[in-house]
Amino acid sequence: MPLLKLFGSDFVPTLEEPLREVSLADWRAKTQAQADATALVIENDINVEKVAEDLAGFRVIILMFPTFKDGRAYSQARLLRERFGFTGEIRARGDILRDQVLFMVRCGFDAFELAGDDAAAVRAALADFSFAYQPAADHIEPVWRRRLDRPAAA
Amino acid sequence: MYRYDEFDATLVGERVSQFRGQVERRLSGALSEDQFKPLRLMNGLYLQLHAYMLRVAVPYGTLSSRQMHKLAHIARKYDKGYGHFTTRQNIQYNWPALVDVPDILDDLAEVEMHAIQTSGNCIRNVTSDQYAGAGADEVEDPRIWCEVIRQWSTFHPEFTYLPRKFKIAVTASQNDRAAIRLHDIGLRIHKTDAGEVGFEVIVGGGLGRTPYIGHTIREFLPKKHLLSYLEAVLRVYNLEGRRDNLYKARIKILVNAGGAQKFTDMVEAEWAAIRKSEIDLPAEEVERIRAYFAPPDFEVLPAESAALEQKRKGDTAFARWLRVNTVAHKSPGYAIANISLKPVGGIPGDISDVQMEAVADLAAHYSQDEIRATHEQNLVLPHVRKDDLYAVWQALAAQGLATPNIRLVSDIIACPGLDYCALANTRSIPIAQRISERFADLEQQEDIGELKIKISGCINACGHHHVGHIGILGVDKKGEEFYQITLGGSGAEDASLGEIVGRGLSSGDAVGAVEKLVDYYRENRQDNERFIDTYRRLGADPFKEALYAAA
Repeated sequence: MPLLKLFGSDFVPTLEEPLREVSLADWRAKTQAQADATALVIENDINVEKVAEDLAGFRVIILMFPTFKDGRAYSQARLLRERFGFTGEIRARGDILRDQVLFMVRCGFDAFELAGDDAAAVRAALADFSFAYQPAADHIEPVWRRRLDRPAAA
Repeated sequence: MYRYDEFDATLVGERVSQFRGQVERRLSGALSEDQFKPLRLMNGLYLQLHAYMLRVAVPYGTLSSRQMHKLAHIARKYDKGYGHFTTRQNIQYNWPALVDVPDILDDLAEVEMHAIQTSGNCIRNVTSDQYAGAGADEVEDPRIWCEVIRQWSTFHPEFTYLPRKFKIAVTASQNDRAAIRLHDIGLRIHKTDAGEVGFEVIVGGGLGRTPYIGHTIREFLPKKHLLSYLEAVLRVYNLEGRRDNLYKARIKILVNAGGAQKFTDMVEAEWAAIRKSEIDLPAEEVERIRAYFAPPDFEVLPAESAALEQKRKGDTAFARWLRVNTVAHKSPGYAIANISLKPVGGIPGDISDVQMEAVADLAAHYSQDEIRATHEQNLVLPHVRKDDLYAVWQALAAQGLATPNIRLVSDIIACPGLDYCALANTRSIPIAQRISERFADLEQQEDIGELKIKISGCINACGHHHVGHIGILGVDKKGEEFYQITLGGSGAEDASLGEIVGRGLSSGDAVGAVEKLVDYYRENRQDNERFIDTYRRLGADPFKEALYAAA
């Protein structure tokens, strides 16, 4: 599975590095397998508030899109970034369309396991919109702030 | 009216370019129909029974004459010379070719219009009171807050793949013309005894196969917190709403499954965590938007018009239209003029390109350049001088647009039904046409008084039959069309859900059934009771008996 990672506002195809993944259930069960895990896989029906204390030990959190229509992980990612201060990688896994990647980036995702699309097409999709009306996890300036910053003569 | 600045214009233009690319990928075969479907559905493009259908957003139902001229142009150039106004104040084109859709969107962008979020499981076009900014009964212009919501919800990154579609309506009047208790979120702007203005927040109303009246989860929300509170509601819904069953995915199911109090607690807890963030607009930005909705420069006029009174006395047809189709305006010497899109035997909500041009011209000359679409599938000229009403009426009459039937028995809401819709079980339009023909006598209609008939061609309830004073639901029984009657619904401030009164009827009998119900009402009404009042006083039984006894 090709992996795209976000650096600044650009995508770079990255060779899959060896992650030691653990499911939340295994992590909670404190099995031997979880001892040196680097990535936590969180299903999209999990209230991330309940894993807030577990986050510190992981370099990567993997959130799931069982179908592209199932958008729960957008909220999970924002909560991980904005409320629980997770600064590691948040990776999107599952049914991901290139037309969704911009919104995922805005919600705090910075790595994507993408099936078909090449980096160039995804990079182009990331530039589909120049502005955003609302603040989100990417901390870009919302349109209303740009308006306030406009020279008074405008 | 709101006008785009460079940010609004850029975003809409970029959306057209993005969609043009998606259409090119489809036409070249790079995308299959399955892959294209979710993309076109994010932009109001449906594949219906016979053709593509494009739904164009009319934000909170407000149009300028320039925009209406453009809608006429699109109807003429890309469609069969007409458009269809919907129950969400939008307009639909029934026959566009896929290859033309990007050009249509370019044309729309020229006049600051688009099809963004008119379909898909996202926050849809915000709807409002068609008399906003004109009605004598409003606290303030609700469109300011509609525009605030429009911008916040446009391309919202977190709420574009919700469990199901999400509809918000805003009103600022005690008289609910926006059906706020039947929306995912209804907002009512009101003033407290202390003089503070804020929102009553109503969540979880809706129609479809499981209708609910919404619950008030907050009596008073200060205006400055609107967006953070909406964000809290949407986040709870996005995370907790059901996704295992399409028919149980709307927020009404979530609210009612655990009870309104539990839902309210979740929203309040989420809001407490985000209310201090930057989601809410600073006062300067609200004021910038408010300035676009400053009232037009109304002339100082006497409350009554001598010219109007003279015409009223001399022309009974005009007098009838005045009584039925015009409403009090907040500025002396002005009136609100309703334009019925329900002529006898016509298709509710349909309007030809020529009629659109005529309405646009009238708005430019007589109504401060403004037109409104209503959720009851009519149009409004919101700011007409009483002195000008006669000229407006004559011009409307010349175009077949002066039917004096607003709120009356022939002012019917009907879904497109099996004539267009891929989901429908039965036709709706012919039933509406036959009812309006049966009640064509205007004097009789006026005597019957307010009577809201709403017709849906399937259980998805796009024709709002649950909240019709008389609702008609089409059901398919072994390939034959049957129609089930519901009574006692209302989508207004006295919102209620209708009850099914008995077995389904054939299409011929359904029209006769309405007549029997109306006859029973006329024989038994007291004083100034409306149909719905008599029904509520007497209950369902005598109406059932009237309906089925002789059959």
